[in-house]
Amino acid sequence: MQIYLPIADLPVNIFLVLGMGIAVGFISGMFGIGGGFLMTPLLIFIGISPAVAVASVASHISASSFSGVITYWRKRALDVALAMMLLSAGILGTFAGVWLFTLLRAMDQLDLVIGLSYVTLLTLVGGMMIWESVRAELRTRRGMPATLRRPGSHNWVHGLPLKMRFKRSKIYVSAIPVWGIGFSIGFIGAILGIGGGFLLVPMLIYFLRVPTATVIGTSMVLTLITMASATVMHAVTNHLVDAVLALILMVGGVIGAQFGVRTGQRMRGERLRLLLGLLVFAVGLRFAFALVVKPDDLFSLRAVGAE
Amino acid sequence: MMRRLALTLLLLTAGVSAADAERLVVSLSNHRVAVTSSFVGEELVLFGTIEPDQPRAALRPSYDLVVTVRGPRQTLRTRRKERVLGIWVNVDSREFVRVPSYLAILSNRPVEAIGTPDVRRRLQVGLDNYLLPQRIGPDTADTVPDDPFRAAFLRLETQYGLYRQSATSVTFLTPTVFRTAIPLPSNVPTGNYPIDVKLFAGGEMIARTSSALEVRKAGFEQYVADAARDHGLLYGLATSLMALLTGWLASIVFRRD
Repeated sequence: MQIYLPIADLPVNIFLVLGMGIAVGFISGMFGIGGGFLMTPLLIFIGISPAVAVASVASHISASSFSGVITYWRKRALDVALAMMLLSAGILGTFAGVWLFTLLRAMDQLDLVIGLSYVTLLTLVGGMMIWESVRAELRTRRGMPATLRRPGSHNWVHGLPLKMRFKRSKIYVSAIPVWGIGFSIGFIGAILGIGGGFLLVPMLIYFLRVPTATVIGTSMVLTLITMASATVMHAVTNHLVDAVLALILMVGGVIGAQFGVRTGQRMRGERLRLLLGLLVFAVGLRFAFALVVKPDDLFSLRAVGAE
Repeated sequence: MMRRLALTLLLLTAGVSAADAERLVVSLSNHRVAVTSSFVGEELVLFGTIEPDQPRAALRPSYDLVVTVRGPRQTLRTRRKERVLGIWVNVDSREFVRVPSYLAILSNRPVEAIGTPDVRRRLQVGLDNYLLPQRIGPDTADTVPDDPFRAAFLRLETQYGLYRQSATSVTFLTPTVFRTAIPLPSNVPTGNYPIDVKLFAGGEMIARTSSALEVRKAGFEQYVADAARDHGLLYGLATSLMALLTGWLASIVFRRD
């Protein structure tokens, strides 16, 4: 069944888009990520312009992260104080990102920067996750505990001033790395049209040593607020949010996410991280492939302005 | 002096009556195309007849007809990729200034057979002769038809179904009655579409008329598009609220504890 999208200006098959929403929702529920890095390329692939895809995916992610936030809130598994600290810098990062986005777009190099950033980020993060989870897997095989507990293992991050206590997460860290992480997530999210959950979770674990109990819930609060405000920002600045597309995506997304969460809970953490690592790495390779292989058509068109 | 004026007048009236020996009457099946949520493209039909201007005037044995449908103008950039350090990068681009967002040149015969190259260029008959100004420094100018950027531009627009040139679209039902189908693909831009109908005989244009159609969003589609354009903040807030509602509903429906 075809439905015409009022902002994207083209008809799409409603069941195809719903199916994409369910599939990405399943993955996002399973791994506790927004799934923007999968959804945006998929939408571009079915012919929706990148700008509309990025803007509409933002509202889709806010829906799925809100349903996640409610679930984690009930379990008291989120750290609001930490999320607010990250957010205060995240907003600045978003503004900086939107500014660079506009600049690069005017210079015709946006595709390249997005492509290169995706390749670098995804292969690096994916590779690190695979490496880390394979080592954990091997340790379990040898009968050792899966995760090495290093109590009191302080890295350079813990030597910074402006220390703050986050009660729910039971951590005592400097505000500087928290702001730094918040800023970079906001910045990357605005340029690449992703919530940044798959980056934020490992950053919080490795740099701030946020316990696994609160990390996903906290990351989801941040994703929710940045993506909801990104929706409004995109709607105000370039009028490219397609509400019809977003609604189909979010309905599929929240249904898929519920099944994803159930599947994810039945799996061990290391196995889950390995799978996510492989997925992230594969998407990164796909982007690398697109940059290196000669394109079918060397020419491309982009609208600069209408009458 | 007087004689020269009279001569000019005579020539002028002669010219006018010669050019007006035939008259074109055209009618469109539908002047307004509504883009609704079930829109998947549409085909309009343009009918027309060739009539003698005066009852006594004789009609010619054969005519050629060229129908040009042009969409609202827009400015586009054509970019070319090249391999730099192993990856493919946009290295060069040209801006096509205020070119049609949709362009259909429909005729009953290949345009090469209809008029002399000079006539075709002057009247912009055929995609190769259509004026596509590029920004060159502070100026804009059209280039030769085989300019690589121009060729790529036409090729891409044709691939998207937005530009087309067809030598079989116009059908003469009788020697003086014709019809042509104007295909509007699903990605057709909204706006006004002037239609230019040119009648040729013996390689020269002998009559010309115009019509127009309008493509616009209707109903729900129009409502959403207007809201997004005119009330960006409200629209964004509403979309975000819709997202929160969907997420909240999902957490209630699927609640297990």
